[in-house]
Amino acid sequence: MSQGIETRDREPQEASTDPQDDVLVVGGHRFSSRLLVGTGKYASNEEMNECLEVSGCEVVTVAVRRAHLDDPGKSLAKHLDREKYTLLPNTAGCYTAEDACRYARLGRELLETDLVKLEVLGDEKTLLPDPTATLEATATLVAEGFTVLTYTSDDPIQARHLAEAGAASVMPAGSPIGSGQGILNPNNIRIILETIDTPVIVDAGVGTASDVAIAMELGVEGVLLNSGIALARDPVRMARAMKNALDAGREAYLAGRIERKLYANASSPVEGMVDGTGQS
Amino acid sequence: MLEVTINGAAHSFAAGTTIGQMLEELELPGEGVAVEVNRNIVPKRSHGEALLGDGDEVEIVTFVGGG
Repeated sequence: MSQGIETRDREPQEASTDPQDDVLVVGGHRFSSRLLVGTGKYASNEEMNECLEVSGCEVVTVAVRRAHLDDPGKSLAKHLDREKYTLLPNTAGCYTAEDACRYARLGRELLETDLVKLEVLGDEKTLLPDPTATLEATATLVAEGFTVLTYTSDDPIQARHLAEAGAASVMPAGSPIGSGQGILNPNNIRIILETIDTPVIVDAGVGTASDVAIAMELGVEGVLLNSGIALARDPVRMARAMKNALDAGREAYLAGRIERKLYANASSPVEGMVDGTGQS
Repeated sequence: MLEVTINGAAHSFAAGTTIGQMLEELELPGEGVAVEVNRNIVPKRSHGEALLGDGDEVEIVTFVGGG
């Protein structure tokens, strides 16, 4: 393992030799792509749809908000192909367990789904999760039959609590939401992967393709991102880059990287050098 | 007449208006919205029977872009 850190071998989930069959399993759901993409912050719905298409994602997150009575077109209802995408309603903007559960129930009624991306924030500036409220809301929603994908920090102990509470996926932030700082503490992600058997999806902080590849190489089951695509200079091109990075990182993880060594190790044979060449 | 609040704004409806009729009057398709009355969700299958009451606080939500 990289950086000389020993880690437990985590059985790759549903690993298939064919990347096309490499499905993501969350609770009772099977998704065709390990990339989950948000629908916020795009310049237009057309651009959003093009990005979703190019990213190859199946699961797309949406927010639950008041309908505009004077302009129903502001809803995504007419702009997202429900046959093609699985909508994952979030509880973004909630700061208490009670509010988050209310939004989760509204999302379930709205989209006729048991899936929820649970987010209970602790602070507007950092958008870090409130750990106690997040745990409480996870337990409540699990008891109500939801398949709960819980946004959390990269704290391995909290990840364990959430897994024990029945979260279908634990989703640690690589770095703060929308910050684009990437995976700040890969060792915490490694420890989370060692600690729980629940699928781990890195959610938040992904800024560019290499961040996705790094996450997948660590062995996480998926990556959820939004701003990294939507706010790129060329979002469609970035969506493609993210997809390629996800596939590359997943393949590299399944392939098993070489050990890091301090000294060089020649790839070409040292035998058979012609006379007078090579190191004497 | 029934005086109700929908998404924070005052609205009036005839007595005996159902949730389904309210949505029709607001020109909102039943698909793509969820309705909460006084903090209780009114499931789609009940929209045809559930009656609006005077003073009801109604929230009508849909889904929008988010991460």
